[in-house]
Amino acid sequence: MSAVANLWTILTVSAGVFFYFAGTVGLLRFPDTYTRLHALTKADNLGVGLVVLGLLPRSGSVLGGLKLLSIWLLVLLSASTVSQLIARAARRREPRA
Amino acid sequence: MSTPTLFGLSAAVLVGLGLYGVIAHPQPLRKIVAFNVIGSGVFLLLGAIARRGAAAGMGGDPVPQALLITGIVVAFSATALAIALLLRLFGETGSVTLSSDAPAKADGDKAHG
Amino acid sequence: MIGIVDTGLALLILGLAVWAIVARDTFAAVVGFVAYGLLLTLIWVRLHAVDVALTEGAIGGGLAGALLIGAAARLRSTEAAARSERPGVPLRILAAVLAAGVTAALAVCVLTLPVPAPTLAHETAAHVAATGVGNPITAVLLAFRAMDTLLEAIVLLFALVGVWSLAPDRAWGGRPGPRQRADPNGTLAYVARVLPPIGIIVGAYIFWVGADYPGGKFQGATILAAMWLLVMMAGLADAPPIRKTWLRLGLVAGPLVFIAIGFAGVATAGAFLAYPEGYAKPLILVIEFALMPSLALTLGLLLVGAPQRQEER
Repeated sequence: MSAVANLWTILTVSAGVFFYFAGTVGLLRFPDTYTRLHALTKADNLGVGLVVLGLLPRSGSVLGGLKLLSIWLLVLLSASTVSQLIARAARRREPRA
Repeated sequence: MSTPTLFGLSAAVLVGLGLYGVIAHPQPLRKIVAFNVIGSGVFLLLGAIARRGAAAGMGGDPVPQALLITGIVVAFSATALAIALLLRLFGETGSVTLSSDAPAKADGDKAHG
Repeated sequence: MIGIVDTGLALLILGLAVWAIVARDTFAAVVGFVAYGLLLTLIWVRLHAVDVALTEGAIGGGLAGALLIGAAARLRSTEAAARSERPGVPLRILAAVLAAGVTAALAVCVLTLPVPAPTLAHETAAHVAATGVGNPITAVLLAFRAMDTLLEAIVLLFALVGVWSLAPDRAWGGRPGPRQRADPNGTLAYVARVLPPIGIIVGAYIFWVGADYPGGKFQGATILAAMWLLVMMAGLADAPPIRKTWLRLGLVAGPLVFIAIGFAGVATAGAFLAYPEGYAKPLILVIEFALMPSLALTLGLLLVGAPQRQEER
């Protein structure tokens, strides 16, 4: 059982790290604000989600697992709000197009 | 080299960096940021010392760690006061220069009266 | 032997600090500093100081970050003027030499620390049971070094009075900050309605669990202050005028209770802030319950700044 749990953790956390990497590369290389936001949402939603999923078998108790999931949901909420606000501010700032 | 020593040396570098920043930047906001870097360097140094005192089943000496919590909160309140001073200076004179030959109170009241 | 994680963290921290000091644009430097504070949280966890990590993340990363970014945004127009004032190369070289000297002196101190390290962990562990709390840091903060915590609460109040005294005369007693207005059907207002109930539960939980696990009233109070700030930023509630009695009572209630318990300790146990036998845990709880709302109010008000609007009568 624990071998399966370890394999699950390694696979999902690695996938999460890949999404973080992709998001960071996007943040550094994309040309403007909107595309950078698009790249960041991958890191925020999928990256955190996969890492949380990978840590669930190690959390030791149902309550610990629920706390991890609630962290993911809170990150989703705040990241999506901030993305909206940044995008709206960027749109207001661009010359009338 | 152990973990506390590594972070202690990093803390020494941080204090040096912050000191350079305080002296070399004319804008007060940069000075405040550099001052905070000095502060966090000092805290990191104390934290490394606390880690070295790990004993009796605890991960670190709890007394310096409690002092660190106090220190972080007080450093934040000092920063808040400094920023308030800076914003008031900006509101009064329209610039944030600290140099002594700046034009005195330039129509501050009329501008935002 | 240091591992990859510690080396990586140290290098990242130093890189971000260099960025915060050296970057040309002030806003970029401030953003780098906020990221630096958040990474510092991870370093605290590596140093087995989880309480300090929580405090650094909440206050150093969250509140100080909001403060500095707000100031940097407001001061953007002064960038060009300030840049013309840069000190000349000789002064900068001198500053670099001084900084290098201080770093070298501190590095020598770090490398010649006494071995074995002196520690108060043994004495703390021996006396923690008498205070009734399980978290040794809470015991140190509220029983062994309670004086420090009391003075810290009072220093926060002084800082707040200092910030208030920067109000222009016509605005004294009024509301801090400009009136925030956000679209009542927009994203910010939505989050400001959804997040505070969750935040209040999380803050109360962190406060309550600080008795036995990492946590405590500073971290919990910061989260409550952050929720209040979110509501104010979204325009759902206006900042209270600072002349209001309930506000001022709320601010001083915590330290007053603390001082009262201190003087009661003179009568009952022989010294200021001494707890009588068997009453340590209840007294600590009373102090924490009284101090946390005051702390939340103080931290929130420190962030919104000096009064700027006078109330219409």
